[in-house]
Amino acid sequence: MEKAHILGEDEIYRIIRRISHEILEKNKGPENLVFIGLQKRGVPLADRIVENIEEFEGVKVKSGKLDITFYRDDIGSDIKHNARITDISFDIEDKNVILVDDVLYTGRTIRAAMDAIIDFGRPKTIQLVVLIDRGHRELPIRADYVGKNLPTSRDESVEVKLKETDGIDSVIVKGKE
Amino acid sequence: MLSKKSIIDPDDLSLEDINLILTNADSFLEISGRDVKKVPALRGKTIANLFFEPSTRTRSSFEIAAKRLSADIINFSSPSSSIVKGESIIDTLRTILSMKVDLVIIRHGDSGVVKIVDGIVGVPVINAGDGKHQHPTQALLDLYTIKKRFEKFDGLKVAIVGDFINSRVARSDLTLFEKMGMKVSIVSPAMLLPEDFSKMNVKHCIDDVIEESDIIYMLRMQFERQDRKFYPSIMEYNRFLSLNLDRLIRMKPGSIVMHPGPVNRGIEITDEVMEVGGSLRDKVAIEYQVTYGVAIRMAVIYLILS
Repeated sequence: MEKAHILGEDEIYRIIRRISHEILEKNKGPENLVFIGLQKRGVPLADRIVENIEEFEGVKVKSGKLDITFYRDDIGSDIKHNARITDISFDIEDKNVILVDDVLYTGRTIRAAMDAIIDFGRPKTIQLVVLIDRGHRELPIRADYVGKNLPTSRDESVEVKLKETDGIDSVIVKGKE
Repeated sequence: MLSKKSIIDPDDLSLEDINLILTNADSFLEISGRDVKKVPALRGKTIANLFFEPSTRTRSSFEIAAKRLSADIINFSSPSSSIVKGESIIDTLRTILSMKVDLVIIRHGDSGVVKIVDGIVGVPVINAGDGKHQHPTQALLDLYTIKKRFEKFDGLKVAIVGDFINSRVARSDLTLFEKMGMKVSIVSPAMLLPEDFSKMNVKHCIDDVIEESDIIYMLRMQFERQDRKFYPSIMEYNRFLSLNLDRLIRMKPGSIVMHPGPVNRGIEITDEVMEVGGSLRDKVAIEYQVTYGVAIRMAVIYLILS
């Protein structure tokens, strides 16, 4: 049951533009940046930021995709087992790695993603971009760049749709089914 | 999730199971290409690798697969003496199970033993080859090798060549290849063919299939399981069944050669073919089978235990 429409196409567009500028500002330019999008909706978000940076700075920074299925801490519970592709075909040693995901919730996905990234090398920093921060953290994890803070209850669910994966850009909050 | 917890026979696998395993294998192949070839997926799980028959490849393939998933694995190898076999197996299993293992991988020289074990142990079991019966993970890795090369199964022409009577690989491959819609020809002399195969369309010389096949699958001559002489001479085998350079050259463009290993050089496949260079090198997919085997076994273990 749809409760509230939070973001539409224009808002998401502006948020991603703003975050792209913030990343460049904080890191003093695109040098030494690499992007890793989390499967599945972090991947198109990372691609959009990379496109923006190319437009602003004329530099195409590298981006990869990461699936964290094999790093989860809840094996045995009810999860889908079809892992998606991981593709990090560049060196992350001493890079500023910008990790991108759609929703930040308990923090467990990000914990798993950081473990996975560290298996690929020792980055200089890992910074986190999320489109929505909905609270309810179970681990000491926070985002460096937040599209929108969205206070929710645990009963609700946040549904992010993106053109690349779902044909439409939108964020809605749903109540208990 | 797989439809059954244990994998004993290729018939235990539904079409959905097979596709799930093959899809997951892609992720595990990627992990094996990393500098750190390990993910924490099965941390804290314990696997028993029980080999009652000598094996280096399959045993190490399962062992590497388990380790890359961060599972703990204990190896138990024992050549089975003939008469106390039944007893020793049950005793061994009791010991192993008392250590609280989560999965048993087992190879045994006698057909059907793995199925009996599966009924006893109460944890999932993977058949790593039982006698002349079945070797399901070999057939899965063979499918995966074919999928990686051809990106489809339907309509591909496969010729399986050699010793059928002693080969569990042949039985498992035949089942899965046909299940995936491939057209399978059998090339074997009458004395290396089990009775239940005699009504099938069997050819007796590799030359009958060499030009039309997409895949030439050479079986290993199982001397270790031949208690009597099954074939008159190696020269005769060479004339009708061996893959030599001349035959390799006659294979059609894009076609491949497979073999479950270890190759009896000079019998199933000649040295010239094993060492061939240039553009023909690409036809020999045997080393790919080994690499893909680790990914397939990671997928199978992961899907059973997760």
